[in-house]
Amino acid sequence: MVDAKDTDALYQCVVQIADDHLIIGHRLSEWCGHAPMLEEDLSMPNMALDMLGQCRHLYSYAASLEGKGRSEDDLAYLRVDREYRNCLLVEKPNTDFAHTMLRQLYFATFMQLYWQALGNSRDETLVGIAGKAEKEVAYHVRHAGEWVVRLGDGTQHSAMRMQTAVDHLHGYAGELFKVSGDYQHCIDAELLPDPRVLQAPWQQCMDAVFKKAQLSMPDAPISIEGGRDGLHTESFGYLLAELQYMQRSYPGLAW
Amino acid sequence: MSAQQQTQEQAAFEVVAGVCDPELPFITIGELGIVRAVVRRGDQLVAKIAPTYLGCPAVKVIEEDVLNALLKAGFNATVERQLNPAWTSDWISESGRKKLQANGIVMEEKGGRPRLFTEANSRGLPPLFPEASIVVCPHCGSSDTNMVSRFGSTPCKSQYCCNACTEPFELFKCH
Repeated sequence: MVDAKDTDALYQCVVQIADDHLIIGHRLSEWCGHAPMLEEDLSMPNMALDMLGQCRHLYSYAASLEGKGRSEDDLAYLRVDREYRNCLLVEKPNTDFAHTMLRQLYFATFMQLYWQALGNSRDETLVGIAGKAEKEVAYHVRHAGEWVVRLGDGTQHSAMRMQTAVDHLHGYAGELFKVSGDYQHCIDAELLPDPRVLQAPWQQCMDAVFKKAQLSMPDAPISIEGGRDGLHTESFGYLLAELQYMQRSYPGLAW
Repeated sequence: MSAQQQTQEQAAFEVVAGVCDPELPFITIGELGIVRAVVRRGDQLVAKIAPTYLGCPAVKVIEEDVLNALLKAGFNATVERQLNPAWTSDWISESGRKKLQANGIVMEEKGGRPRLFTEANSRGLPPLFPEASIVVCPHCGSSDTNMVSRFGSTPCKSQYCCNACTEPFELFKCH
C-alpha cells in the first residue's frame, strides 16, 4: 500500500513528468501554421495533442494524490515559473526545424524507454497511462529520428544546421536522467523507474541514429540543468505568459 | 448476484456496444473494442470505456453518447474511463476490420508493437526505422504502397497512397 510520504513524493514526481509533456507540447504547438510543409503542419500539432493527452491524465492523477481539491487545469495553468519541474531541454525554443526534431528525438526516445520501464510500477494508474503512452510516443521517435537522419545525411547546408542543433542541445540531455530526493523515494518504493538505468540504452539509440545521420556526438562534459529544481531559462517566462494567458485573464474559463 | 441483475448488465452492455463512433460513424464502439465492461455499483450500472489514445478529442463525445444511450434505454447509469488494460488495434473485431477496410482504412499487423531503433522488426527488416508491416491497399489489394504522412486527419491514423491504383487511403495505427 502507498503511505503518506509516498503519496507526497509521488505527487511531486508525477507533476514533474506532466510538466515535461505540457511544455514540450506547447513548444510543438507553436509550429502550427508555420511548419515547412503541410505534412509537418499536421505532424507537430498531432504530437502536441499526444503530449497534452498524456499530461492531462498525469495532472489529474497528481491532483487526486494531492487531495486539496485542485484540478488538472489548476496544475497546468495556475502555478508560477518556480513551481514547474520540467527539464530545461523541453523548454528550449524551437529555433529551427532541426532543433525541434532533435529535441523531440532526445525526449521521445527517453520517454519510450521510460514508459516501458514504468509498466513494472506498483501503481496501477501509472501502469495504465504508460501502456497507452508508450505506443503513442513510438511514432514520435520514428518521426523525429527519420528527420534527423534525412537532414544530417542530406545536403551540406542541412547537415550543418543539424550539427548546430546537436551542439546547442546536447548539453541539456543529461537532466533527463537526474534523480531528486523525492524521486529517489519513489524508486525505493517501486513506484517509478530509475532514469539513470535508461541512460545507456538511450545513448545506444542515439549512437545508431547519429551514425546513420553522419552526425558527430559532442562529448558534452557540462550538463546544463536547473528545471528539475524550478530554475528555468529566460525563454520560459515568455512561454508561460502565452500558455497561461487565457486562464489568467479569464479565471475559470472553460470550453 | 441475481440472474435478473446479470441479464440487466448484459442488456446494458449491448446498448453500450451498439453506440457508433463519432469520427468513424460506420463502426460501433463495441466493434472498436473500447467497451471494457458494464458492472453494478449499488443501484447504478457503470459502463467502463477505454480511450483509443490519451489525447483523443472524441473520448468525451463517446462518453456522452454512451450515457445518453443508457439513459434512453431506461438504465440508471454512469460512465467511467478505464486505462488498464490499454487499448490497441488488436481489440478491433473482425467485423470492425471489414467495415474499416470497406471505408478505405487498413490496419497494422496484429500484435504490432513499438520497437526501439536497435531492434529488428518481426519480418527481420534491419533495425533503425523498420515499418511495422507490409501495408496492403484497401481498394485494389496491391502491396505496392507508400506512406505520405505518419500523422493524418486524426491522431490515430496515418496517410498512405497506393502506387498501383494511385488512390489515397488511411492506416489505423497500432496504438
